Amino acid sequence: MWDFPIWPESASTVAPSVEALYLFIVALNIGITALVFGLLVLFSVLYYRRADDQVPPQYHGSMLLEIGWTAIPTVICLIVFAWGVKVYAELVVPPADAMDVYIVGRQWMWKAQYPGGQREINALHAVVGKPVKLTITSEDVLHSFSIPAFRVKSDAVPGRYTTLWFQPTQVGVYHIFCTEYCGTEHSRMIGKITVMEEADYQKWLSEKAELGDAVQGRKLFAKLQCVTCHAGESQARAPSLEEIHMKRIPLSFDKGSPVAPGATVLADENYLRESIRYPSAKIAAGYQYPSIMPAYDESLVSEDEMFQLIAYIKSLKKGQTPARNEHTTTPTALGAPAGRP
Amino acid sequence: MSTIITSAPPASAGSKDPGHGGGVDYLNHETSIASWLLTLDHKRIGILYLVAMSAMFVLGGFYASLIRAELITPKGDLMSSDFYNKSFTAHGVIMVFFVLIPLVPASLGNFMLPLMIGAKDVAFPRLNLISWYVYMIGAGFTLVALIGGGVDSGWTFYTPLSTTYLNSNVLLTATGLFILGFSSILTGLNFIVTIHRMRCPGMDWFRMPLFVWALYATSVIQLLGTPVIAITLALVGVERLLGVGIFDPRLGGDPILYQHLFWFYSHPAVYIMILPPLGVTNELISTFSRKPIFGYSMMAGASLAIAIFSFIVWAHHMFTSGLSPYAAMFFSLLTFSVAIPSGIKVFTWLATLFRGSISFDSPMLYAYGFIGLFTIGGMTGLFLSTLGTDIHFHDTYFVVAHFHYVMVGGAIVGFMGGLHFIWPKMFGRMYPEFPARMSAILIFVGFNLTFFPQFLVGYLGMPRRYHEYPDEFQVLNVFSSAGATVLGVGYLLPLLYLPWSVFFGEKAGRNPWGATTLDWTHTESPPTPHNFEETPVVTGEPYKYDTLFNKESALAGH
Repeated sequence: MWDFPIWPESASTVAPSVEALYLFIVALNIGITALVFGLLVLFSVLYYRRADDQVPPQYHGSMLLEIGWTAIPTVICLIVFAWGVKVYAELVVPPADAMDVYIVGRQWMWKAQYPGGQREINALHAVVGKPVKLTITSEDVLHSFSIPAFRVKSDAVPGRYTTLWFQPTQVGVYHIFCTEYCGTEHSRMIGKITVMEEADYQKWLSEKAELGDAVQGRKLFAKLQCVTCHAGESQARAPSLEEIHMKRIPLSFDKGSPVAPGATVLADENYLRESIRYPSAKIAAGYQYPSIMPAYDESLVSEDEMFQLIAYIKSLKKGQTPARNEHTTTPTALGAPAGRP
Repeated sequence: MSTIITSAPPASAGSKDPGHGGGVDYLNHETSIASWLLTLDHKRIGILYLVAMSAMFVLGGFYASLIRAELITPKGDLMSSDFYNKSFTAHGVIMVFFVLIPLVPASLGNFMLPLMIGAKDVAFPRLNLISWYVYMIGAGFTLVALIGGGVDSGWTFYTPLSTTYLNSNVLLTATGLFILGFSSILTGLNFIVTIHRMRCPGMDWFRMPLFVWALYATSVIQLLGTPVIAITLALVGVERLLGVGIFDPRLGGDPILYQHLFWFYSHPAVYIMILPPLGVTNELISTFSRKPIFGYSMMAGASLAIAIFSFIVWAHHMFTSGLSPYAAMFFSLLTFSVAIPSGIKVFTWLATLFRGSISFDSPMLYAYGFIGLFTIGGMTGLFLSTLGTDIHFHDTYFVVAHFHYVMVGGAIVGFMGGLHFIWPKMFGRMYPEFPARMSAILIFVGFNLTFFPQFLVGYLGMPRRYHEYPDEFQVLNVFSSAGATVLGVGYLLPLLYLPWSVFFGEKAGRNPWGATTLDWTHTESPPTPHNFEETPVVTGEPYKYDTLFNKESALAGH
């Protein structure tokens, strides 16, 4: 009965950093709470009322004390704040060599897609010592992806991407929880992450071999006729997508466009996604507003397919845009609605 | 101990008063039901609120007991997920909006404010009555929503779950809360005008009891913050009813916008709950140690500082929502700014107790409980304002434990202290001291048993609002549920002995505690319908005990 954990497992590179900060604040808590409780008890013992008509000396304040208990807590708070920022920086900045895994939350399951095209539901696999970056979104309501043993968490927000990263340090199986209330089966939106040695992982990957995300994305790129306009040529009707990922793009500020003159945007996953769902939101300089591109909503490009398209666009190098086939139909003929203003 | 004090000189003034014992007071000058329902007397309106909020508290507590019963086992074996979700939503909505937010200002505040500043009533007595009816109408809507199938959005109504995906009574509940908000706004407005315009001669700003300062700071938040939540709930209605895209990304909206709007009110709302009990505690600590509050102006300033800072920290509820890291750092730093005035208050009370003459009547036991629980609640807030640790704790039971320490351990325990303190003034009778002390101790012990294990289980990573949970969290949850039983008994006792004492309690003198503010020195227990026989004139500070046993100066008002 007394055999229960009060300390979570610590299985990622950031976990010890969070742990150290946690222990520091625990020490502060114990110290200050003990001071307050101790003085309460001490004063109660020393100064309980001896006689009903007892009137104690009437102090009205002391500037020195008051400055003291304003200044000292301020300094302590600043130290905790600064340490918190340092740990937070570790938590939010992924290393450059992190492997991308895409996560889609929906009522009530987690779907994971690996770069090699492998897919899992309510499960994740990772390698000891290899950093992983999760790009997370939701198909419906808010969810939150949390792995307590790694001390990481990020909300899954419909309509945008959030990220988290971790580098496991121990082989094992750990909880994945949804921590943002998401409706009836919220408490069953849980899973496991299995951390393995490299060799086991490769074996697991090969057993689940699929066409890679970028390859799947290339197929979609052709199927959705993106190439009709994004032809990779300077006279094309839409900007070239070659090597566009993480470039800073100057924006068009045509009449009616909701951007300020001179504005630019970083072409990260969020921007690529937004430009597919809502083409007119931020138009690259040199192209007209509203966009001539149709808006691809969930019925045309699911969140899973969106990740594949983005994986493809990220992989697109100079001169790799597929040749345009003039005989295929335009996207609008496929049933896509006209671009929304 | 109280009986001994009743015989002390300041109290003896009550016995020779013609109004006492068979005289006319605000309770007996009219007794029909209509005289209560149409009353414009701030004291009676305070009691109307007290009765209504007690009923809501019992209902909210009932839902809490369902939650704790379900969580004894890891499997969801007692009720369906839907019903569980509806239970914690009902618990949250009732406790936050119908109990904690109006609790101290509407009951103790309504009763005490005019008495403390030497006024015959609040500035707008009719508005005061209207605010109670608005509260009742809002409560009616919400109760209909609960009876008619419930609502499972959580008290936070996060979008797009609440606007697009749920088919429960979201609109009805939101309408109830929209209406309720006006009650809060009207009370805030009324108090601000009362404090500005109705103070008796000589009652300078810095001669006001500190409870009045706390009510003032609270009223400012109520007046400025509540319209924001009203608008936000209206927008939820517009999206849900008309499909206008505001928060749902499928319609072109932004769910994070909702969180900004919601917390812009709901974080300051925490200070609406906690500032008045902080104010009450000043009165208790001063009275039961017979010392002026150490550093009066610092304490008054700290209340105002908390009110102002409360409006610039809201995004600390959103550190995991994909907020820009720079914004997160900014809000983390600002959040620490609230810790400073909160700390000042606790240290100030300790300094006040130093070399005091401390008596342990039950209001003081509650005040001690308040300081202890508020300290733990406040200190554990450090884990959540610190970015590096908040990511792990966000939306776990750690957060649940933290805000219960502040909002229940702080607000409810502070309220209980205040209620026992003014009980003899309210009804002219003493409550029985022994069960009152028992209740104070049971609540303190039961509260810690209930919520301390939740810090641990939260650190393990157990998410909040979970109907089922992994087996390894069970032992801590069983502790928590066992503690809730003790806590429940602690709450039940006052529901029995307080009503009993209204009829059978020992008669109280006008100043059984030997307090020094106008409500005790210049009014009868219970007060006459218009509070003061003649307008009091204040000549000095509010807390002055060296003249306490000099009858003439005590009666002359300091």
